[in-house]
Amino acid sequence: MENTAYDRVTAARSSQRALGGYYVKNLIDDFIELHGDRRFGDDAAIVSGIGYLDNQPVTVIAMERGDTLEDRMKRHFGCPTPEGYRKALRLMKEAEKFGRPVVCFIGSSGAYPGIDAEERGQGEAIAENLYEMMTLKTPIISVVVGEGGSGGALALGVGDTVIMMENAVYSVISPEGCASILWKDSANAPEAAEALKLTSQDLYDFKVIERVIEENGKSQEEITADLKQAISEVISQKQKLSIEELLAERYDKFRKIGVYK
Amino acid sequence: MFNLFKKKTVTCKKCSAEVSEKSLKDNLYICPECNAYLRMGAYERLDMVCDKGTFCETDGDLTSLNHISFPGYDDKLADAAEKSGISEAVICGTAEIDSMPCAVFAMDSNFMMGSMGSVVGERLTRLFELAAEQGLPVVGFTTSGGARMQEGIFSLMQMAKVSGAVKKHSDAGNLYVTVLTDPTTGGVTASFAMLGDIIIAEPNALVGFAGARVIEQTTGKALPAGFQRAEFILEHGFADAIVERPVLKSTLANILKIHTCKARR
Repeated sequence: MENTAYDRVTAARSSQRALGGYYVKNLIDDFIELHGDRRFGDDAAIVSGIGYLDNQPVTVIAMERGDTLEDRMKRHFGCPTPEGYRKALRLMKEAEKFGRPVVCFIGSSGAYPGIDAEERGQGEAIAENLYEMMTLKTPIISVVVGEGGSGGALALGVGDTVIMMENAVYSVISPEGCASILWKDSANAPEAAEALKLTSQDLYDFKVIERVIEENGKSQEEITADLKQAISEVISQKQKLSIEELLAERYDKFRKIGVYK
Repeated sequence: MFNLFKKKTVTCKKCSAEVSEKSLKDNLYICPECNAYLRMGAYERLDMVCDKGTFCETDGDLTSLNHISFPGYDDKLADAAEKSGISEAVICGTAEIDSMPCAVFAMDSNFMMGSMGSVVGERLTRLFELAAEQGLPVVGFTTSGGARMQEGIFSLMQMAKVSGAVKKHSDAGNLYVTVLTDPTTGGVTASFAMLGDIIIAEPNALVGFAGARVIEQTTGKALPAGFQRAEFILEHGFADAIVERPVLKSTLANILKIHTCKARR
Protein backbone atom coordinates (compact mmCIF):
# COMPACT_ATOMS: atom_id res chain seq x y z
CA MET A 1 0.00 0.00 0.00
CA GLU A 2 1.37 3.41 -0.98
CA ASN A 3 1.97 5.74 1.92
CA THR A 4 4.56 8.43 1.42
CA ALA A 5 4.32 11.10 -1.26
CA TYR A 6 7.32 9.60 -3.01
CA ASP A 7 5.68 6.15 -3.02
CA ARG A 8 2.89 7.76 -5.01
CA VAL A 9 5.40 9.31 -7.39
CA THR A 10 6.91 5.87 -7.92
CA ALA A 11 3.46 4.33 -8.41
CA ALA A 12 2.46 7.06 -10.88
CA ARG A 13 5.61 6.39 -12.91
CA SER A 14 5.49 2.58 -12.74
CA SER A 15 5.85 0.85 -16.10
CA GLN A 16 2.88 -1.31 -15.05
CA ARG A 17 0.61 1.66 -14.56
CA ALA A 18 -2.50 2.15 -16.68
CA LEU A 19 -2.07 5.48 -18.49
CA GLY A 20 -3.76 7.40 -21.31
CA GLY A 21 -3.58 4.68 -23.95
CA TYR A 22 -5.06 2.11 -21.59
CA TYR A 23 -8.02 4.31 -20.71
CA VAL A 24 -8.67 5.22 -24.35
CA LYS A 25 -8.76 1.50 -25.15
CA ASN A 26 -10.89 0.56 -22.15
CA LEU A 27 -13.25 3.51 -21.75
CA ILE A 28 -13.92 4.60 -25.29
CA ASP A 29 -16.01 2.58 -27.74
CA ASP A 30 -15.56 2.77 -31.52
CA PHE A 31 -12.49 5.01 -31.10
CA ILE A 32 -11.20 6.64 -34.28
CA GLU A 33 -7.69 8.03 -33.88
CA LEU A 34 -7.08 11.40 -35.52
CA HIS A 35 -3.54 12.49 -36.27
CA GLY A 36 -1.54 15.62 -36.89
CA ASP A 37 -1.50 19.31 -35.97
CA ARG A 38 -2.01 20.54 -39.59
CA ARG A 39 1.03 22.77 -39.04
CA PHE A 40 4.14 20.66 -38.94
CA GLY A 41 3.69 17.07 -37.84
CA ASP A 42 2.12 14.43 -35.67
CA ASP A 43 3.26 13.80 -32.11
CA ALA A 44 2.95 10.20 -30.97
CA ALA A 45 3.11 11.27 -27.29
CA ILE A 46 -0.49 12.42 -27.70
CA VAL A 47 -3.12 9.91 -28.80
CA SER A 48 -6.31 11.67 -29.76
CA GLY A 49 -9.54 11.09 -31.56
CA ILE A 50 -13.29 10.62 -31.29
CA GLY A 51 -15.47 7.87 -29.91
CA TYR A 52 -18.17 7.08 -27.39
CA LEU A 53 -18.04 7.04 -23.62
CA ASP A 54 -21.18 5.29 -22.38
CA ASN A 55 -22.86 6.11 -25.71
CA GLN A 56 -21.96 9.80 -25.36
CA PRO A 57 -19.81 11.07 -28.27
CA VAL A 58 -16.57 12.53 -26.91
CA THR A 59 -13.25 13.88 -28.13
CA VAL A 60 -10.41 12.18 -26.30
CA ILE A 61 -6.87 13.53 -25.90
CA ALA A 62 -4.44 11.31 -24.04
CA MET A 63 -0.75 11.39 -23.23
CA GLU A 64 0.77 8.01 -24.00
CA ARG A 65 4.32 6.83 -23.31
CA GLY A 66 4.18 3.52 -25.21
CA ASP A 67 4.97 -0.10 -24.39
CA THR A 68 8.17 -1.39 -25.97
CA LEU A 69 11.42 0.56 -25.80
CA GLU A 70 11.18 1.39 -29.50
CA ASP A 71 7.61 2.60 -29.08
CA ARG A 72 8.60 4.66 -26.06
CA MET A 73 11.44 6.36 -27.92
CA LYS A 74 9.04 7.25 -30.72
CA ARG A 75 6.70 8.79 -28.17
CA HIS A 76 9.45 10.56 -26.19
CA PHE A 77 8.26 8.51 -23.20
CA GLY A 78 4.98 10.40 -23.28
CA CYS A 79 6.52 13.89 -23.22
CA PRO A 80 4.64 15.96 -25.81
CA THR A 81 6.27 18.22 -28.38
CA PRO A 82 4.61 21.45 -29.55
CA GLU A 83 2.93 19.43 -32.31
CA GLY A 84 1.21 17.33 -29.65
CA TYR A 85 -0.25 20.37 -27.91
CA ARG A 86 -1.28 21.90 -31.24
CA LYS A 87 -2.94 18.64 -32.32
CA ALA A 88 -4.80 18.63 -29.00
CA LEU A 89 -5.99 22.19 -29.53
CA ARG A 90 -7.04 21.46 -33.12
CA LEU A 91 -9.19 18.59 -31.92
CA MET A 92 -10.62 20.61 -29.04
CA LYS A 93 -11.73 23.23 -31.56
CA GLU A 94 -13.29 20.48 -33.66
CA ALA A 95 -15.11 19.24 -30.56
CA GLU A 96 -16.32 22.77 -29.81
CA LYS A 97 -17.75 23.08 -33.32
CA PHE A 98 -19.85 19.97 -32.82
CA GLY A 99 -20.67 20.56 -29.14
CA ARG A 100 -18.88 17.38 -28.10
CA PRO A 101 -17.36 17.11 -24.61
CA VAL A 102 -13.56 16.80 -24.38
CA VAL A 103 -11.88 14.28 -22.10
CA CYS A 104 -8.13 14.64 -21.50
CA PHE A 105 -5.88 12.05 -19.87
CA ILE A 106 -2.71 13.45 -18.31
CA GLY A 107 0.29 11.28 -17.46
CA SER A 108 3.81 12.31 -18.34
CA SER A 109 6.84 13.81 -16.68
CA GLY A 110 6.29 17.00 -18.69
CA ALA A 111 6.66 18.70 -22.05
CA TYR A 112 9.55 17.32 -24.12
CA PRO A 113 12.77 19.26 -23.48
CA GLY A 114 14.39 19.21 -26.92
CA ILE A 115 16.19 21.59 -29.25
CA ASP A 116 13.55 21.08 -31.94
CA ALA A 117 10.71 21.51 -29.42
CA GLU A 118 12.16 24.91 -28.44
CA GLU A 119 12.66 25.87 -32.10
CA ARG A 120 9.00 25.21 -32.75
CA GLY A 121 7.77 27.11 -29.70
CA GLN A 122 7.10 24.72 -26.83
CA GLY A 123 6.26 27.66 -24.56
CA GLU A 124 3.95 29.24 -27.12
CA ALA A 125 2.15 25.93 -27.73
CA ILE A 126 1.43 25.42 -24.01
CA ALA A 127 0.41 29.07 -23.53
CA GLU A 128 -1.98 28.88 -26.46
CA ASN A 129 -3.72 25.83 -24.97
CA LEU A 130 -4.18 27.49 -21.56
CA TYR A 131 -5.57 30.57 -23.28
CA GLU A 132 -7.95 28.78 -25.66
CA MET A 133 -9.14 26.11 -23.23
CA MET A 134 -10.36 28.77 -20.81
CA THR A 135 -13.11 29.79 -23.26
CA LEU A 136 -13.67 26.58 -25.23
CA LYS A 137 -17.44 26.34 -25.60
CA THR A 138 -17.87 22.71 -24.63
CA PRO A 139 -17.30 20.80 -21.38
CA ILE A 140 -13.70 19.76 -20.66
CA ILE A 141 -12.91 16.98 -18.20
CA SER A 142 -9.24 16.43 -17.38
CA VAL A 143 -8.09 13.27 -15.65
CA VAL A 144 -4.62 13.01 -14.12
CA VAL A 145 -3.91 9.28 -14.44
CA GLY A 146 -0.16 9.20 -13.86
CA GLU A 147 2.49 11.84 -13.28
CA GLY A 148 1.12 15.32 -13.89
CA GLY A 149 4.36 17.07 -14.71
CA SER A 150 4.29 20.86 -14.67
CA GLY A 151 3.21 23.13 -17.55
CA GLY A 152 3.27 20.23 -19.96
CA ALA A 153 0.49 18.59 -17.95
CA LEU A 154 -1.47 21.79 -17.34
CA ALA A 155 -1.65 22.28 -21.12
CA LEU A 156 -4.37 19.58 -21.07
CA GLY A 157 -5.54 20.46 -17.58
CA VAL A 158 -7.74 23.55 -17.89
CA GLY A 159 -10.87 21.47 -17.30
CA ASP A 160 -14.31 22.25 -15.84
CA THR A 161 -13.66 19.27 -13.62
CA VAL A 162 -10.23 17.85 -12.88
CA ILE A 163 -10.24 14.26 -11.65
CA MET A 164 -7.18 12.55 -10.17
CA MET A 165 -6.52 8.89 -9.68
CA GLU A 166 -5.67 8.20 -6.04
CA ASN A 167 -2.02 7.39 -6.73
CA ALA A 168 -1.47 9.97 -9.45
CA VAL A 169 0.62 13.05 -8.63
CA TYR A 170 0.46 16.59 -10.00
CA SER A 171 3.28 19.05 -9.45
CA VAL A 172 4.91 22.26 -10.59
CA ILE A 173 8.30 20.51 -10.77
CA SER A 174 9.51 16.92 -10.46
CA PRO A 175 10.70 15.97 -6.97
CA GLU A 176 14.14 15.29 -8.47
CA GLY A 177 14.27 18.72 -10.11
CA CYS A 178 13.13 20.38 -6.90
CA ALA A 179 15.67 18.47 -4.80
CA SER A 180 18.56 19.34 -7.08
CA ILE A 181 17.71 23.03 -6.89
CA LEU A 182 17.03 23.03 -3.17
CA TRP A 183 19.54 20.57 -1.77
CA LYS A 184 21.83 20.30 -4.81
CA ASP A 185 21.13 16.57 -4.83
CA SER A 186 18.33 14.75 -6.65
CA ALA A 187 18.68 11.91 -4.12
CA ASN A 188 16.61 14.08 -1.79
CA ALA A 189 13.59 13.61 -4.08
CA PRO A 190 11.50 11.87 -1.38
CA GLU A 191 11.80 14.94 0.90
CA ALA A 192 11.01 17.21 -2.04
CA ALA A 193 7.94 15.12 -2.89
CA GLU A 194 6.64 15.66 0.66
CA ALA A 195 7.36 19.38 0.55
CA LEU A 196 5.68 19.92 -2.83
CA LYS A 197 2.30 18.54 -1.60
CA LEU A 198 1.62 16.75 -4.85
CA THR A 199 -0.71 13.88 -3.91
CA SER A 200 -4.35 13.58 -4.96
CA GLN A 201 -5.42 14.15 -1.34
CA ASP A 202 -3.33 17.36 -1.08
CA LEU A 203 -4.75 18.74 -4.30
CA TYR A 204 -8.29 17.81 -3.32
CA ASP A 205 -7.85 19.61 0.01
CA PHE A 206 -6.47 22.66 -1.83
CA LYS A 207 -9.56 22.62 -4.11
CA VAL A 208 -7.30 22.43 -7.15
CA ILE A 209 -9.02 19.20 -8.26
CA GLU A 210 -12.64 18.14 -7.78
CA ARG A 211 -12.63 14.36 -7.56
CA VAL A 212 -10.37 11.49 -6.58
CA ILE A 213 -10.87 7.96 -7.94
CA GLU A 214 -9.88 5.41 -5.32
CA GLU A 215 -7.34 2.86 -6.41
CA ASN A 216 -5.93 1.17 -3.35
CA GLY A 217 -7.51 -2.21 -2.69
CA LYS A 218 -9.30 -2.25 -6.04
CA SER A 219 -8.73 -4.21 -9.22
CA GLN A 220 -7.87 -2.35 -12.41
CA GLU A 221 -11.31 -3.34 -13.80
CA GLU A 222 -13.08 -1.77 -10.81
CA ILE A 223 -10.94 1.37 -11.06
CA THR A 224 -11.69 1.69 -14.78
CA ALA A 225 -15.43 1.25 -14.18
CA ASP A 226 -15.40 3.87 -11.40
CA LEU A 227 -13.57 6.34 -13.60
CA LYS A 228 -15.99 5.74 -16.44
CA GLN A 229 -18.93 6.40 -14.16
CA ALA A 230 -17.32 9.55 -12.75
CA ILE A 231 -16.60 11.01 -16.19
CA SER A 232 -20.15 10.20 -17.36
CA GLU A 233 -21.63 11.89 -14.32
CA VAL A 234 -19.53 15.01 -14.79
CA ILE A 235 -20.40 15.22 -18.48
CA SER A 236 -24.14 15.05 -17.77
CA GLN A 237 -23.82 17.67 -15.01
CA LYS A 238 -21.88 20.05 -17.24
CA GLN A 239 -24.25 19.53 -20.18
CA LYS A 240 -27.08 20.89 -18.05
CA LEU A 241 -25.35 24.29 -17.88
CA SER A 242 -25.65 26.97 -20.52
CA ILE A 243 -22.38 27.77 -22.31
CA GLU A 244 -22.25 31.11 -20.44
CA GLU A 245 -22.62 29.35 -17.09
CA LEU A 246 -20.09 26.70 -18.05
CA LEU A 247 -17.45 29.28 -19.04
CA ALA A 248 -18.12 31.51 -16.04
CA GLU A 249 -17.69 28.54 -13.69
CA ARG A 250 -14.49 27.46 -15.44
CA TYR A 251 -13.01 30.95 -15.21
CA ASP A 252 -13.98 31.35 -11.55
CA LYS A 253 -12.61 27.98 -10.60
CA PHE A 254 -9.08 28.89 -11.77
CA ARG A 255 -9.55 32.55 -10.80
CA LYS A 256 -9.89 31.56 -7.14
CA ILE A 257 -6.68 29.53 -6.94
CA GLY A 258 -3.93 31.32 -5.07
CA VAL A 259 -3.00 32.13 -1.50
CA TYR A 260 -1.75 35.53 -0.37
CA LYS A 261 -2.28 38.20 2.23
CA MET B 1 33.05 57.44 6.31
CA PHE B 2 35.09 57.66 3.14
CA ASN B 3 32.83 55.06 1.54
CA LEU B 4 29.93 57.47 1.60
CA PHE B 5 31.67 59.60 -0.98
CA LYS B 6 32.91 56.71 -3.02
CA LYS B 7 31.30 56.49 -6.41
CA LYS B 8 29.00 53.47 -6.63
CA THR B 9 30.00 51.18 -9.45
CA VAL B 10 28.45 48.17 -11.13
CA THR B 11 30.38 45.36 -12.77
CA CYS B 12 29.21 44.41 -16.25
CA LYS B 13 28.38 40.70 -16.22
CA LYS B 14 29.63 40.29 -19.78
CA CYS B 15 32.86 42.28 -20.06
CA SER B 16 33.53 42.88 -16.33
CA ALA B 17 33.96 46.62 -16.88
CA GLU B 18 33.43 48.78 -13.79
CA VAL B 19 30.79 51.33 -14.66
CA SER B 20 29.40 54.00 -12.38
CA GLU B 21 25.78 53.42 -11.43
CA LYS B 22 24.79 56.85 -12.66
CA SER B 23 26.35 56.52 -16.09
CA LEU B 24 24.87 53.05 -16.47
CA LYS B 25 21.43 54.40 -15.62
CA ASP B 26 21.85 57.26 -18.07
CA ASN B 27 22.78 54.69 -20.69
CA LEU B 28 19.57 52.67 -20.00
CA TYR B 29 21.58 49.89 -18.33
CA ILE B 30 23.44 49.09 -21.52
CA CYS B 31 27.14 48.59 -20.79
CA PRO B 32 29.01 51.52 -22.38
CA GLU B 33 32.04 49.29 -22.88
CA CYS B 34 30.57 46.21 -24.55
CA ASN B 35 26.95 47.15 -25.35
CA ALA B 36 25.58 44.24 -23.27
CA TYR B 37 21.97 44.65 -22.11
CA LEU B 38 22.15 44.40 -18.34
CA ARG B 39 19.12 43.36 -16.31
CA MET B 40 16.89 46.12 -14.98
CA GLY B 41 14.65 46.32 -11.93
CA ALA B 42 10.89 46.64 -12.35
CA TYR B 43 10.69 50.31 -11.37
CA GLU B 44 13.62 51.23 -13.64
CA ARG B 45 11.78 49.51 -16.50
CA LEU B 46 8.60 51.42 -15.82
CA ASP B 47 10.56 54.69 -15.50
CA MET B 48 12.08 54.06 -18.91
CA VAL B 49 8.75 53.85 -20.76
CA CYS B 50 6.08 55.59 -18.68
CA ASP B 51 5.58 59.35 -18.83
CA LYS B 52 7.11 60.99 -15.78
CA GLY B 53 4.85 60.91 -12.74
CA THR B 54 2.03 58.94 -14.38
CA PHE B 55 2.70 55.49 -12.90
CA CYS B 56 0.20 54.52 -10.23
CA GLU B 57 0.90 51.14 -8.62
CA THR B 58 -1.93 48.64 -8.07
CA ASP B 59 -2.11 45.81 -5.52
CA GLY B 60 1.35 46.54 -4.17
CA ASP B 61 0.08 45.47 -0.74
CA LEU B 62 -0.49 41.83 -1.75
CA THR B 63 2.24 39.68 -0.24
CA SER B 64 3.11 36.00 -0.30
CA LEU B 65 2.23 33.32 2.23
CA ASN B 66 3.95 30.02 2.84
CA HIS B 67 0.70 28.11 2.52
CA ILE B 68 2.22 24.67 1.93
CA SER B 69 4.86 25.18 4.67
CA PHE B 70 7.66 24.72 2.17
CA PRO B 71 11.04 24.43 3.93
CA GLY B 72 12.92 27.73 3.96
CA TYR B 73 10.35 29.70 1.96
CA ASP B 74 9.61 32.27 4.69
CA ASP B 75 13.30 33.12 4.99
CA LYS B 76 13.67 33.27 1.21
CA LEU B 77 10.79 35.72 0.94
CA ALA B 78 12.16 37.97 3.68
CA ASP B 79 15.61 37.83 2.11
CA ALA B 80 14.25 38.62 -1.37
CA ALA B 81 12.28 41.61 -0.11
CA GLU B 82 15.30 42.95 1.75
CA LYS B 83 17.83 42.45 -1.05
CA SER B 84 15.61 43.64 -3.91
CA GLY B 85 13.86 46.43 -2.02
CA ILE B 86 10.62 45.57 -3.82
CA SER B 87 7.47 43.81 -2.62
CA GLU B 88 7.24 40.93 -5.12
CA ALA B 89 8.49 39.68 -8.48
CA VAL B 90 6.06 41.78 -10.49
CA ILE B 91 5.03 45.41 -10.16
CA CYS B 92 1.71 46.39 -11.74
CA GLY B 93 -0.18 49.60 -12.27
CA THR B 94 -1.62 52.15 -14.63
CA ALA B 95 0.38 54.80 -16.44
CA GLU B 96 0.62 56.86 -19.58
CA ILE B 97 2.99 56.28 -22.46
CA ASP B 98 3.23 59.37 -24.67
CA SER B 99 0.03 60.57 -22.99
CA MET B 100 -1.82 57.35 -23.89
CA PRO B 101 -3.31 55.63 -20.84
CA CYS B 102 -2.46 51.97 -20.36
CA ALA B 103 -2.01 49.23 -17.80
CA VAL B 104 1.61 48.20 -17.27
CA PHE B 105 3.56 45.50 -15.51
CA ALA B 106 7.24 44.79 -15.07
CA MET B 107 8.71 41.65 -13.59
CA ASP B 108 11.91 41.81 -11.60
CA SER B 109 14.57 39.11 -11.56
CA ASN B 110 16.01 40.51 -8.32
CA PHE B 111 13.04 39.05 -6.43
CA MET B 112 13.45 35.26 -6.33
CA MET B 113 14.51 35.20 -9.98
CA GLY B 114 11.18 36.71 -11.05
CA SER B 115 9.44 33.46 -10.19
CA MET B 116 5.64 33.34 -10.35
CA GLY B 117 3.72 32.43 -7.24
CA SER B 118 0.21 33.34 -6.09
CA VAL B 119 0.99 37.05 -5.66
CA VAL B 120 2.49 37.44 -9.13
CA GLY B 121 -0.49 35.54 -10.57
CA GLU B 122 -3.03 37.55 -8.59
CA ARG B 123 -1.50 40.96 -9.31
CA LEU B 124 -1.37 40.20 -13.05
CA THR B 125 -4.89 38.74 -13.12
CA ARG B 126 -6.26 41.83 -11.38
CA LEU B 127 -4.35 44.06 -13.79
CA PHE B 128 -5.79 42.32 -16.88
CA GLU B 129 -9.28 42.38 -15.35
CA LEU B 130 -8.95 46.08 -14.57
CA ALA B 131 -7.65 46.78 -18.07
CA ALA B 132 -10.50 44.77 -19.62
CA GLU B 133 -13.04 46.70 -17.55
CA GLN B 134 -11.56 50.09 -18.40
CA GLY B 135 -10.69 49.27 -22.02
CA LEU B 136 -6.96 49.83 -21.49
CA PRO B 137 -4.13 48.24 -23.45
CA VAL B 138 -1.59 46.26 -21.40
CA VAL B 139 2.16 46.70 -21.87
CA GLY B 140 4.26 44.25 -19.89
CA PHE B 141 7.91 43.36 -19.35
CA THR B 142 8.64 39.72 -18.61
CA THR B 143 11.64 38.24 -16.84
CA SER B 144 11.33 35.04 -14.89
CA GLY B 145 12.88 31.74 -14.01
CA GLY B 146 9.39 30.24 -14.22
CA ALA B 147 6.84 29.06 -11.69
CA ARG B 148 7.83 29.40 -8.01
CA MET B 149 8.28 25.83 -6.79
CA GLN B 150 8.03 26.89 -3.14
CA GLU B 151 4.30 27.37 -3.68
CA GLY B 152 3.80 23.93 -5.20
CA ILE B 153 0.67 23.40 -7.28
CA PHE B 154 -0.56 26.94 -6.51
CA SER B 155 2.23 28.42 -8.60
CA LEU B 156 1.52 26.10 -11.53
CA MET B 157 -2.15 27.07 -11.50
CA GLN B 158 -1.26 30.77 -11.82
CA MET B 159 -0.31 30.02 -15.42
CA ALA B 160 -3.91 29.05 -16.18
CA LYS B 161 -5.37 31.86 -14.09
CA VAL B 162 -3.35 34.63 -15.75
CA SER B 163 -3.85 33.15 -19.25
CA GLY B 164 -7.60 33.19 -18.61
CA ALA B 165 -7.48 36.85 -17.64
CA VAL B 166 -5.39 37.66 -20.74
CA LYS B 167 -8.08 35.93 -22.84
CA LYS B 168 -10.83 37.93 -21.16
CA HIS B 169 -8.92 41.16 -21.86
CA SER B 170 -8.33 40.14 -25.47
CA ASP B 171 -11.92 39.04 -26.11
CA ALA B 172 -13.01 42.51 -25.01
CA GLY B 173 -10.98 43.89 -27.94
CA ASN B 174 -7.97 45.22 -26.06
CA LEU B 175 -4.31 45.27 -27.04
CA TYR B 176 -1.59 43.42 -25.16
CA VAL B 177 2.08 44.01 -25.91
CA THR B 178 4.76 41.93 -24.23
CA VAL B 179 8.41 42.85 -24.03
CA LEU B 180 10.53 39.74 -23.43
CA THR B 181 13.62 40.58 -21.43
CA ASP B 182 16.55 38.51 -20.17
CA PRO B 183 15.73 35.86 -19.01
CA THR B 184 12.13 34.77 -19.71
CA THR B 185 11.74 31.05 -19.16
CA GLY B 186 9.57 28.17 -17.93
CA GLY B 187 6.00 28.77 -16.84
CA VAL B 188 6.04 32.46 -17.68
CA THR B 189 7.12 31.75 -21.28
CA ALA B 190 4.46 29.01 -21.38
CA SER B 191 1.72 31.44 -20.38
CA PHE B 192 1.35 35.23 -20.54
CA ALA B 193 4.77 36.03 -22.05
CA MET B 194 3.80 34.31 -25.31
CA LEU B 195 0.23 35.61 -25.40
CA GLY B 196 0.82 39.19 -26.54
CA ASP B 197 -0.87 40.46 -29.69
CA ILE B 198 2.55 41.91 -30.33
CA ILE B 199 5.68 40.36 -28.87
CA ILE B 200 8.86 42.41 -28.66
CA ALA B 201 12.17 41.04 -27.44
CA GLU B 202 15.25 42.83 -26.16
CA PRO B 203 18.52 42.08 -27.99
CA ASN B 204 20.14 38.82 -26.88
CA ALA B 205 17.50 38.13 -24.21
CA LEU B 206 17.26 34.46 -23.22
CA VAL B 207 13.75 33.26 -24.01
CA GLY B 208 12.65 29.63 -23.80
CA PHE B 209 10.61 27.01 -22.03
CA ALA B 210 12.97 24.22 -20.97
CA GLY B 211 16.31 24.97 -19.35
CA ALA B 212 19.43 24.54 -21.48
CA ARG B 213 20.98 22.04 -19.07
CA VAL B 214 17.86 19.86 -18.99
CA ILE B 215 17.75 19.80 -22.79
CA GLU B 216 21.43 18.83 -23.01
CA GLN B 217 21.00 16.08 -20.42
CA THR B 218 17.84 14.69 -22.03
CA THR B 219 18.96 14.75 -25.64
CA GLY B 220 22.72 14.35 -25.23
CA LYS B 221 23.13 16.96 -27.96
CA ALA B 222 25.21 20.14 -27.89
CA LEU B 223 23.08 23.26 -28.12
CA PRO B 224 23.53 25.43 -31.22
CA ALA B 225 25.12 28.88 -30.84
CA GLY B 226 22.56 31.53 -29.96
CA PHE B 227 20.04 28.90 -28.80
CA GLN B 228 16.99 30.46 -27.08
CA ARG B 229 18.27 33.99 -27.60
CA ALA B 230 15.97 36.75 -28.88
CA GLU B 231 17.44 36.49 -32.38
CA PHE B 232 16.70 32.72 -32.39
CA ILE B 233 13.13 33.40 -31.19
CA LEU B 234 12.65 35.99 -33.94
CA GLU B 235 14.11 33.68 -36.59
CA HIS B 236 11.71 30.90 -35.60
CA GLY B 237 8.70 33.16 -35.71
CA PHE B 238 7.89 33.59 -32.02
CA ALA B 239 8.55 37.33 -31.69
CA ASP B 240 7.50 40.23 -33.86
CA ALA B 241 10.58 42.37 -33.46
CA ILE B 242 13.77 42.93 -31.52
CA VAL B 243 13.79 46.49 -30.26
CA GLU B 244 16.73 48.34 -28.69
CA ARG B 245 16.24 50.23 -25.45
CA PRO B 246 16.85 53.76 -26.75
CA VAL B 247 13.87 53.41 -29.11
CA LEU B 248 11.67 51.15 -26.99
CA LYS B 249 9.43 53.87 -25.62
CA SER B 250 8.85 55.45 -29.02
CA THR B 251 8.17 52.01 -30.55
CA LEU B 252 5.63 51.19 -27.84
CA ALA B 253 4.03 54.60 -28.29
CA ASN B 254 3.73 54.05 -32.04
CA ILE B 255 2.15 50.64 -31.51
CA LEU B 256 -0.33 52.03 -28.98
CA LYS B 257 -1.16 54.92 -31.27
CA ILE B 258 -1.93 52.83 -34.34
CA HIS B 259 -4.28 50.70 -32.25
CA THR B 260 -6.32 53.66 -31.06
CA CYS B 261 -6.18 55.89 -34.11
CA LYS B 262 -9.16 55.64 -36.50
CA ALA B 263 -7.72 57.31 -39.60
CA ARG B 264 -4.73 59.58 -39.93
CA ARG B 265 -5.22 62.91 -41.60
